[in-house]
Amino acid sequence: MKRFSMFNENMKMADLILIKPGLILLLPRFNIPLGIGDKSVKALCEEHGVSAEFFMLVCNIYSFDDYIPSTEEVLSTDMSPLVSYLEESHRYYLGKRLPHIANHIDRIAKQVKGTAGSVLKHFFSEYTKEVVSHFNYEEQYVFPHLEKLAHGQADEDYVISDYVPGHTNIEDKLDDLTQIMFKYLPEEVMAYETIGAVFDILQLSEDLKKHSLIEEKVLVPYVEHLERSGLK
Amino acid sequence: MKLKVLIAEPSQVVTEGLQSMLNDCAKLEVVCTVDDIGMMEERIMVKHPDIVVINPCILPYTRQIPANLDLPEGCFAVGLVYQYFEPSFLRNFDAIIDIRDSKPDIISTLLNLEQIGEHKKGASDGASELTKRERDILVLVAKGLMSKEIAEQLNISIHTVISHRKNITKKTGIKSVAGLAVYAMLNNLMSEPKSDELQE
Repeated sequence: MKRFSMFNENMKMADLILIKPGLILLLPRFNIPLGIGDKSVKALCEEHGVSAEFFMLVCNIYSFDDYIPSTEEVLSTDMSPLVSYLEESHRYYLGKRLPHIANHIDRIAKQVKGTAGSVLKHFFSEYTKEVVSHFNYEEQYVFPHLEKLAHGQADEDYVISDYVPGHTNIEDKLDDLTQIMFKYLPEEVMAYETIGAVFDILQLSEDLKKHSLIEEKVLVPYVEHLERSGLK
Repeated sequence: MKLKVLIAEPSQVVTEGLQSMLNDCAKLEVVCTVDDIGMMEERIMVKHPDIVVINPCILPYTRQIPANLDLPEGCFAVGLVYQYFEPSFLRNFDAIIDIRDSKPDIISTLLNLEQIGEHKKGASDGASELTKRERDILVLVAKGLMSKEIAEQLNISIHTVISHRKNITKKTGIKSVAGLAVYAMLNNLMSEPKSDELQE
């Protein structure tokens, strides 16, 4: 179902970002450098060898909370950048966001008396391990499976239906963490430190929700389609 | 705050009629309309309606409401019926609207749900403090015990444990075991913390 007033590839990239500032985070994941000038999304994508269609799909998912692409839309979109996009996002979460939040937590933990600080740090380091293993699984099994199928090779070793039930929710614990931070941290912790951390965690949580949505509503139907057409 | 309503009904005539009636009421707002079950589930995820008005015709024959229909907690299922259905089937809905009901009747049926809802969640809104029993259970959860083990240890039924756990999550806003462990620590509910007890 094509919907009202979503973004389209003829709009200026700068306008898109002015409307939805969060979209600026997507540029590095597509290897599009800043200095975008007044170029349209289409022109910038062409310049950097990115499928504008796919870029718009991701932009619209990130920008409109009630937008979930239909399977038809997914299948009519060029999916060649999908795996590299998802891998690049993983690298950003693991390499940049989680260490950044870990630093916040370290500083907060130092201000908390007794063992509570180490409990907080422990919580976050366990969470980070969980995210790492979640991403590793996708990179080891799901993405190679997709790439084989997309290149016309059969792949009997894995089926996407194994992925769906195990695709655990990695945002819930972050939401727990924000609750803990602003509701239950002792008074001795500097408010600005906590507020900074809460903002970063909320932002990451929102980002991960969209990331999961792309995996569940774009990746899964696409791979299901490839598996079916491989059978014929 | 307006109550958000989602209408799942195959007939466009009925959908638009109902939508315009409900939108005339200051306390109701139709946030979304769909005509099939797949769309309905997706829209519920993103729109978070308080009430879902469903024509049972769109449900797969075997599906009972709300048992197998994954409505989020606190979301009411209202059946919109044109014809006879088994009463045992209709009992699965929180309320029923008949296509021949008058506008005031339909609106009051929906608004009455809100009162039931207030009553249901009363405990969580009024008192955010955990009760003594909930604190005991929280400590055991934080130590990594499963509901079944907690039930055995405290000599209560597993259903009671699960209902306490739901209330704990409602009151604290924390869902994960690891998060509850941190909460328990910060509130000095745990006597001796050991790092291996914090693992899920």
